[in-house]
Amino acid sequence: MFAAALVALAIPPLLNAITPEGHFLHVSAFTLSLYGKYLCYSVLALGINLLWGYTGLLSLGQCLFFALGGYALGMHLMLLIGKLGQYKAEIPDFMVFLEFPARFPTTGGLPPHWIPFRSFAFASAAVIWVPGLVALVFGWLAFRSRIKGVYFSILSQALTYAATLMFFRNDFTFGGNNGLTDFKVILGHDINTPATRRALYLASAGLLTLTYLFCRWLSRTKFGLVQRAIRDSENRVLFSGYATSHFKLFVFVVAAVIAGLGGALFVPQVGIINPSEMAPEKSLEAVVWCAVGGRASLVGPILGAIGVNALKSYATHAFAEQWPYLLGSLFVFVTLFMPKGLVGLPDQFRALQRKWRKGVSNP
Amino acid sequence: MTQARKQFILALEAVTKSFDGFKAIHDLTFYMDEGELRVVIGPNGAGKSTMLDLITGRTRPDRGRIEFGRDIDLTRLNEWQINRLGIGRKFQTPSVYTDHTVFENIWLSLEGARGILDCLFARVDSAQKDRIHDLLSTVGLQERAATKAGSLSHGQKQWLEIGMLLAQNPKLLLVDEPAAGMTDEETHKTGELLLSLAGKHSILVIEHDMTFVRQIARQVTVLHQGSVLCEGTVDEVQADEKVIEVYLGRGKRHPPTTNEP
Repeated sequence: MFAAALVALAIPPLLNAITPEGHFLHVSAFTLSLYGKYLCYSVLALGINLLWGYTGLLSLGQCLFFALGGYALGMHLMLLIGKLGQYKAEIPDFMVFLEFPARFPTTGGLPPHWIPFRSFAFASAAVIWVPGLVALVFGWLAFRSRIKGVYFSILSQALTYAATLMFFRNDFTFGGNNGLTDFKVILGHDINTPATRRALYLASAGLLTLTYLFCRWLSRTKFGLVQRAIRDSENRVLFSGYATSHFKLFVFVVAAVIAGLGGALFVPQVGIINPSEMAPEKSLEAVVWCAVGGRASLVGPILGAIGVNALKSYATHAFAEQWPYLLGSLFVFVTLFMPKGLVGLPDQFRALQRKWRKGVSNP
Repeated sequence: MTQARKQFILALEAVTKSFDGFKAIHDLTFYMDEGELRVVIGPNGAGKSTMLDLITGRTRPDRGRIEFGRDIDLTRLNEWQINRLGIGRKFQTPSVYTDHTVFENIWLSLEGARGILDCLFARVDSAQKDRIHDLLSTVGLQERAATKAGSLSHGQKQWLEIGMLLAQNPKLLLVDEPAAGMTDEETHKTGELLLSLAGKHSILVIEHDMTFVRQIARQVTVLHQGSVLCEGTVDEVQADEKVIEVYLGRGKRHPPTTNEP
């Protein structure tokens, strides 16, 4: 199963590389990046599942961490544009446009906290520690005060909403509502060539595989047992000598780091990161992927993320205005009739079959 | 006096706790000896469960002292710290990990390291395996080790939770209505189990079912309106005028001889 999935993951970049453009099997660089985007979303979904499916913590702000990871790498990519931008300036276009040289004259217009992002290594580290640190501080405050259930969900949503508003501001130095975009190169390669696209896709596939293996490993440890025990009977765990708040904090930080990594690979493939990526509705959508695919299963969230996003790609072309209704109905339908999501369908079907047979044999 | 105090495993002195002006526990003083099996009874709202909440750190008293063993002040500690001292609590409604097997339920409860790193790299060793199977046979669930706890019967869940408590090897066991919802046969079996544990552990049982109390109790404490009404053997307590009045005054037949389900 796992091997088959790996092979399936490798097919699109292979087709992109070996078939000529216009061939009926050809996967264009654009489509490849679209698939790469789905894979990044799947990584995000795995993190959400670790929280929601396995620990019972419904965070409605996971896209904040996804976007923070994206911004961290996006800042590096912005600085690589250099004089290739519209204004042919050393600093990113939006900084010229917003008159940053007057605001930060000593650095030639570059805000001081942008400077270390010239280094790819620093930016990559920031992809991990920025979301991790934000989650650590927020989680520490929330779990120490024993905020649970819907209150935790609402607070996490408020957090991401507050962050969205902050990032929308031009003077917050992250590009305001336009965000970061128009990237040209990554690690010395033109970002738009098919070869770079393939590499980015493969990196996403690799990240997804590693995240999946990590989640699988974690779920099979004693830690995984404690996690699910907290979900099912937190008091029992607490009164058995486990510091449940420490466990929840740990999972929350891990999920945030996973989201951040997904976000970092999302940005070069999509070509833009802006505050709408951390808006509350994005996080809600991500929760729907998990519910549709099947939470508390390892493959469910991946199926959900790819499935719902493929549907979205199609629906927003075919009938853009109705998409939110479709998404909402999908969520309602799944919650009511498919409590275990797509991965639970075979079981549900078998149960139905048994019931039907019983009905036939004793009328 | 100070010499004698050292033998108590649990001491509550002049403890008071109010919720929004309602005094759930009022000037409660209660001592328990090491190795004792004590039963606490009392009408609804007498403060029995609040008393357990106070001992286990779920709520903090407004006033008074709660000490465990040799002068450990429990009022400054939280639930998991108190548990790690050796105080185990069984809830009124069975709380087991329904998605885990019976074996895993006990494994998670075994005394020992409880940190995040410990849990990431822990393995069940053969000594633990033996211990788990011993515990399961103590509570009569050795055949169900691989069963998911969620599919056990109500009585079996109660025993599993007692087994989980024993796995922690606590010095003091707090057991809240263990016989609630059990059949007569299960109730009797539970009583025998508790009796067999007394001596090795100190046990505090809260109970309504008088048949059950009769089966297990040596010393009974009657709580009423948050403080101790009287203490003594079952016969003494049932003959006590104040106790009769408290139960009759609340419209209950005394002594209740059977437990109404």
